[in-house]
Amino acid sequence: MTEVLLETRAICKRFGALQASKEVSLSLRAGEIHALIGPNGAGKSTLIAQISGALAPDSGSVIFEGRDITRLPTPARAKAGLARTFQISALAMEFTVLQNVVLGTLGARGGVYRFFGNVMRDKALLDRAEDALDQVGLSEFRNFVTAELSHGQRRQLEVAVALSLQPRVFVMDEPMAGLGAEGSHRLTGFLDGLRQRAPILLVEHDMDAVFALADRISVLVYGEVIATGTAAEIRANPEVREAYLGEEDAA
Amino acid sequence: MRAETLLNLSLPALLLATALIAHWLDEPYIITLATRAAILALAAVGLNLALGLGGLVSLGHAAFFGIGGYAMGILAFHAQTFTPLWGLIEGTKSMPVIWLVAVVAAALAALVIGALSLRTSGVYFIMITLAFGQMLFYFAISWPTYGGEDGLSIYLRNDFPGVNTLLPLNYFLICFSLLAVVLVLFDRLAKSPFGLALQAARQTPARAEAVGLTPYRLRLVAFVISGAITGLAGALFADLNRFVSPNMLSWHMSGELIILIVLGGLARLSGPVAGAMLFITLEYFLEGLSTYWHVYLGAILLGVVLFARGGLIGLVAGREVAHD
Repeated sequence: MTEVLLETRAICKRFGALQASKEVSLSLRAGEIHALIGPNGAGKSTLIAQISGALAPDSGSVIFEGRDITRLPTPARAKAGLARTFQISALAMEFTVLQNVVLGTLGARGGVYRFFGNVMRDKALLDRAEDALDQVGLSEFRNFVTAELSHGQRRQLEVAVALSLQPRVFVMDEPMAGLGAEGSHRLTGFLDGLRQRAPILLVEHDMDAVFALADRISVLVYGEVIATGTAAEIRANPEVREAYLGEEDAA
Repeated sequence: MRAETLLNLSLPALLLATALIAHWLDEPYIITLATRAAILALAAVGLNLALGLGGLVSLGHAAFFGIGGYAMGILAFHAQTFTPLWGLIEGTKSMPVIWLVAVVAAALAALVIGALSLRTSGVYFIMITLAFGQMLFYFAISWPTYGGEDGLSIYLRNDFPGVNTLLPLNYFLICFSLLAVVLVLFDRLAKSPFGLALQAARQTPARAEAVGLTPYRLRLVAFVISGAITGLAGALFADLNRFVSPNMLSWHMSGELIILIVLGGLARLSGPVAGAMLFITLEYFLEGLSTYWHVYLGAILLGVVLFARGGLIGLVAGREVAHD
């Protein structure tokens, strides 16, 4: 069996009466795209927050490359090689596009506490940043102020920043959101090739993308994983059809 | 050359020219005003680092200004009374030593105040920095050894090797040179890896964390550097007046520094310089009109906040283009 890079073991998280995560156990193997789907309010974002470090689970653990990172703060997880993208773009709007990506390469390389020397003239950082921009097709916008970018370009920049970290694992929170058919199609093609470099845990509402991309799919309903399997298995699973896909079939 | 680069060079040049012309016309009072502008600008450059680059609205920077002032006052007091501090340390009249002590003392205070207050944010951060500032203010008032509420006078201005500091122009040049050095440092820092990370932590802390940075630590380092610079300005200010009093520690002082920056242009290199020069000019011309000239200052501030968010620098140079 292929190596498991990222794993959650029986994660539980409760907000008052709401059980946002209920014994969630997931794994992400080398070379795969593992999609996490579920209706709104199923607890996908809460789960991502616990994997990336923004929230601590009440019980259970997060394992990354064999190491228990449950108590590790977000920056330490990022340094260990876990790169996330945000559902709502969290970019530095006053920065140029290139500065946003250089921020990523700087974070990955370290040496942040240098008070002299122009960071935007640092060849090593720039090369990696340009490379990441190139991959998502934003090179020609490198000197644009981020606030001037369209929604779709911001989504691309989100991915570029994650790339610039050269991570071991990607955790992507709805990268296709609001992209439109063409943009979504292009990103799907790009992520398809990306999984060879680092596996992707993909939270996504775009079902076409999910079924086209995912090696495995997990379905989250009311904080609980009700099924995990290949696209065909998930499609055929009666429980999933009832809880989630059913509405679409009926339509 | 970009408009802002031009401003960055011409504003200090204007300040320098004012002092030189005043010297030629034998107007020592004008030189003193120019010196005051240089020192206030220096204090505000310090705050601009925390406020402009870091987004930290500190209403307690008077604490560092006052600590610098008292560092000068206390050292000079022990030198002029020939009584060692705590029976151990000789006082000193040497400016470089005083500056060093002021910078270190202000940096240490900023480390303690920052370490505690940066655990909060928003209104709570403003209130905690204000509270620390007021604590020091009342502490100075209630400390009779160094004059308490009346403050502490120094008979003669302190010494700088090889320079007659009693001449107004000489003292102006000392303060102006320090301002120039600190402006260069600010510019370098804003473009450095640290500057990029700090500004990212202001705009999007979640992203900063997601790329492996720790906003708290970045802000604390910025706060310490910021406090140290403002502390240096405090020592110069006390030396200019040959007097230090709790007023330097009052929250009016903190507010004034924020006003200077907002008037001049938040986060802009020359914002504090433009703000301080405008402030002193207004004071000079409006004080004759009315003791309550701050009313006019208030009106101008209102105008800037409502119609010219980038302050004076923004008005002339337009929206900030990214550092390249």
